Amino acid sequence: MESILNIRNVSKIYQSAGRELTVLNNINFSIDTGSTVAITGPSGSGKTTLLGLCAGLDRASSGSVELSGVVLDKLTEDERAAVRNQYVGFIFQNFQLLPTLTALENVMVPLELRGAKNIKSHALELLDKVGLADRGHHYPVQLSGGEQQRVSLARAFSNRPALLFADEPTGNLDAETSEKIIKLLFDLNKDAGTTLVIVTHDPDLAARTNRVIKMKGGLIIADENPNYV
Amino acid sequence: MSNNPIPKQNVPISWLFKMAWRDSRKNRSRLFLFISSIILGIAALVAVYSFKDNLQNDIDRQAKELTGADLIVESRKAVSKQTQQMLKTMGDDRAAESTFASMVYFVKGGGSRLVQMKALEGNYPFYGSIETTPASAAKSFFSGRDALVDKTLMLQFNAKTGDSINVGDLSFKIAGVLDKAPGQTGISSSVAPIVYIPLKYLDKTGLVKTGSRINYKYYYKFNSSNELTSIIKQLQPKLEKESLDLDTVAERKEQTGRSFGDLNRFLALTGFIALLLGCVGVGSAIHVYIQEKLSAIATLRCMGLKAWDAFLIYLIQVSFIGIIAAIIGSVLGTLIQFLLPIVLKDFLPVEITMQVSWSAIGQGLLLGLVISVLFALPSLLSVRRISPLNAIRATFENSTSKKRDLLKGFVYLLMMAFIVGFTYLQMKTWLQTIAFTAGILIAFLLLMAFSGILMFLVKKLLPASLSYLWRQGFANLYRPNNQTLMLTMSIGLSTAFICTLYFVQGILINRVTLSSGASQPNMVLFDIQNTQKIAVTDLAKSYKLPLMNQVPVITMRIEEINGKKAGADSTNKRAFRNEIRATYQDTLTAAEKIIDGKWIAQVNSPKDVVYISLDQNFARSIKVKLNDKIVFNVQGMLLPTVVGSLREVNWSRMQTNFRVVFPSGVLEQAPQFHVLMTRVPNSETSASFQGAVVRKFPNISVIDLGLVLKLLDELLGKISFVIQFMAGFSMITGWIVLISAVLTSKNQRIKESILLRTMGASRKQILAINAIEYFFLGLFAAAAGLILALSGSWALAKFSFDASFIPPLLPTFLLFSSVILLVVITGVLSSRSILNKPPLQILRNEGN
Repeated sequence: MESILNIRNVSKIYQSAGRELTVLNNINFSIDTGSTVAITGPSGSGKTTLLGLCAGLDRASSGSVELSGVVLDKLTEDERAAVRNQYVGFIFQNFQLLPTLTALENVMVPLELRGAKNIKSHALELLDKVGLADRGHHYPVQLSGGEQQRVSLARAFSNRPALLFADEPTGNLDAETSEKIIKLLFDLNKDAGTTLVIVTHDPDLAARTNRVIKMKGGLIIADENPNYV
Repeated sequence: MSNNPIPKQNVPISWLFKMAWRDSRKNRSRLFLFISSIILGIAALVAVYSFKDNLQNDIDRQAKELTGADLIVESRKAVSKQTQQMLKTMGDDRAAESTFASMVYFVKGGGSRLVQMKALEGNYPFYGSIETTPASAAKSFFSGRDALVDKTLMLQFNAKTGDSINVGDLSFKIAGVLDKAPGQTGISSSVAPIVYIPLKYLDKTGLVKTGSRINYKYYYKFNSSNELTSIIKQLQPKLEKESLDLDTVAERKEQTGRSFGDLNRFLALTGFIALLLGCVGVGSAIHVYIQEKLSAIATLRCMGLKAWDAFLIYLIQVSFIGIIAAIIGSVLGTLIQFLLPIVLKDFLPVEITMQVSWSAIGQGLLLGLVISVLFALPSLLSVRRISPLNAIRATFENSTSKKRDLLKGFVYLLMMAFIVGFTYLQMKTWLQTIAFTAGILIAFLLLMAFSGILMFLVKKLLPASLSYLWRQGFANLYRPNNQTLMLTMSIGLSTAFICTLYFVQGILINRVTLSSGASQPNMVLFDIQNTQKIAVTDLAKSYKLPLMNQVPVITMRIEEINGKKAGADSTNKRAFRNEIRATYQDTLTAAEKIIDGKWIAQVNSPKDVVYISLDQNFARSIKVKLNDKIVFNVQGMLLPTVVGSLREVNWSRMQTNFRVVFPSGVLEQAPQFHVLMTRVPNSETSASFQGAVVRKFPNISVIDLGLVLKLLDELLGKISFVIQFMAGFSMITGWIVLISAVLTSKNQRIKESILLRTMGASRKQILAINAIEYFFLGLFAAAAGLILALSGSWALAKFSFDASFIPPLLPTFLLFSSVILLVVITGVLSSRSILNKPPLQILRNEGN
């Protein structure tokens, strides 16, 4: 199967108080198109840093990241932004809805950034899929946490990304709402055929993916298929 | 795996506008408040520019009424018969006027005062009119022995039309009240009130004597401007040779425009300071605003928004709000311009017709847009460097790139260039521009340094033993995103501005008050003739008045310097041009100190060389050194001298001082008059003595220092009203910046206040924390401003006014306390809204 993400010998080193701090140490893996992957590990293991590098939000200190056939290493920030807009979707732990935009406008933004036209019906369709068709004109502050995350899901799928990154998507939600959101996430993912990469602490959530990459101290300590565990 | 091309992405500009609009939702009132800091600055400048335009238009329109004639020939000495003949034949209509200082005595009330006497003949003014009550008096006073008396004098002496005044040996009937003479301003009428009498009676008044300082003016009307031009061309060299001045409508227009140019420059710069203050507020508020937008920008960046596009969204927002502020400022300024003629009415020689000045409004709009964008740019540029990583990690170390931003450096340079450029446009000279810019920069740097030191000291010295409320209140002064720097600058600068104005006014008043101290003379009698000397002394003695200073004054001109006559030395015209009043004495006074050469007190033989002593500044101005030879023309007699010494003269002492001092034994027989100084114990004695002097010696002029002091106080009061009016813009701007800063910081404090309330802090305790913070902020800022004002005033007193400076304690304290009180009230009231809502409601609204 074809890989959508290739991580080769990637390291990330920060300078902190005059000392070097290695957050990621020589990481290697690939992710197949259409698969679902969980990156797990304790706090400080480097998983969010890895997510940032995979999604082209940051630049590796060494090594190479290839996303959807585009090598990100030497791209400028604006070129990486274009890659993100074209191929990547995001779901954040704290939803990151733009507070001054309505739910509908939030969903429309990724497509508007592309310069796409007649996107309102597509955005409304997505809001309908997440059960918020009638809340499109509401601002984030008028929505509950679960509703906000559902808008966030609709927004993440709006530009039909090849690769969707979810950073602790249920981290700020109660168990019942979390379950609904996870179900919705996987359903939408199945419909869209998107590759899904989830960073999570939650073993149950990780267990729903095809593959779990476990990290500790900036290293991959396990890379397994949970169905075989 | 295939290598895909990098996708192309071009966000349409319309979307950026749409996004700017969307993003500004729920922030518009806040954004507007930030930008409103510049409204008053713009308003002040538009008002000043409009006023300038209108004033220039009115000067152009009323220029002929300023002079009242097409051509004025002026001389400080009586003109020769030959020239007089020529002057009598020029122009299509002509008039003559002799102006001099003289005492008038109001017969009915018995009061007397030194006035500006104008003896007039002819149809002057040819343009405009001498405004009198009744109006007919302006023409009718020529027909009899009548006078027109300035309205301030009439009020002072409670005189009425028909009363009599004595001028010299003659009595005149007051034919009317003089409301306005051509070109006269309210200020000049109260400082030197005018009395008009017909010229034909001047000789009979007996006031024209040797040494009398009379200004002769000849007014002309020309029906053809070509004739005027050719006459001027023809006359100029001839008249200059006789030291006669020519004044035309065009020259007066230029001169009036120039002197009001200075006033406008001052007003514009005061407005500019208010604008700069507002800019600091805008810069700082936008910085906090962008910080709050960090997460939203990072999210947009994650979704693929380019760095420059993110920058553009906020640039559009700021530009729009800037334009709105500029429009409001321009409208407000256009309204305020109608107040300026009222504020400045005492200084204006022409009647102002106020009209909307579109060029002033245009300048205001442009200035508002440029300045709001320019001062927001450093914060806006940092939008480009907000990393998308902030969306997934709130405390991400590199929230913005730490790399040095060259563009930001360039913007700071642009800001400096803007300040310098704008100042230059007002000042027109580089020296003044640099001085003003450097002054502003130093004030800003000092206030910055002051706030930095205070934050450092509070942090280091805050005792752990203090109660929580006090520690928290103090900690708010130095914690991240504090407002200490901005508020110290805005409140400090306004305080410094107001206090300096107040102190300088005090210094000037003090200086005159001091010179009227118990041991100092407070009355000067001049124009005492040789024959009157003893009688005047006796009169003073009969009033038990001390003779504190009695000196002879001889009027002369310089004829030659080192063998060169006026015509031969074109580089030193000034030396030959002016009349010099010299004295002779055998001892130096307490105000004089020889700094070079040797003082020769006495000349014993007519064959001896006459060594004179010159004031060092005068010597420098006429380019003369020690041992140079000067020939003086003393009323027609040539007197060769040698510069024997140079003196440092303390001109600020209340006594007669001279630029040229002769030794005794030379000028005793020359035509001269005397000056006598004395001290009157009270105003009753002053009035009675003045009355006696005027009755017995009508030619003698009396200067009453009490009156001078009163006039100065009045004059400074009027000037300081204008200054305070303009300073008001800075003060209110400072206050708006304060509100804006408090509201900006409010969002950052919500969480903390909620946390404290959740943990059980009462409303009162949180209010107390806020009050403590704002009290110390106000205290530091006002103290910083006060220190600046005190040092500035001290420097001005020492170096400019040569006076001592003791700050008035009570008014200073009151001013200081008011500023602090204003800061505390504003701070506490603005943050009260957080406390009046339940924590949950605020938590839900947080971030919007």
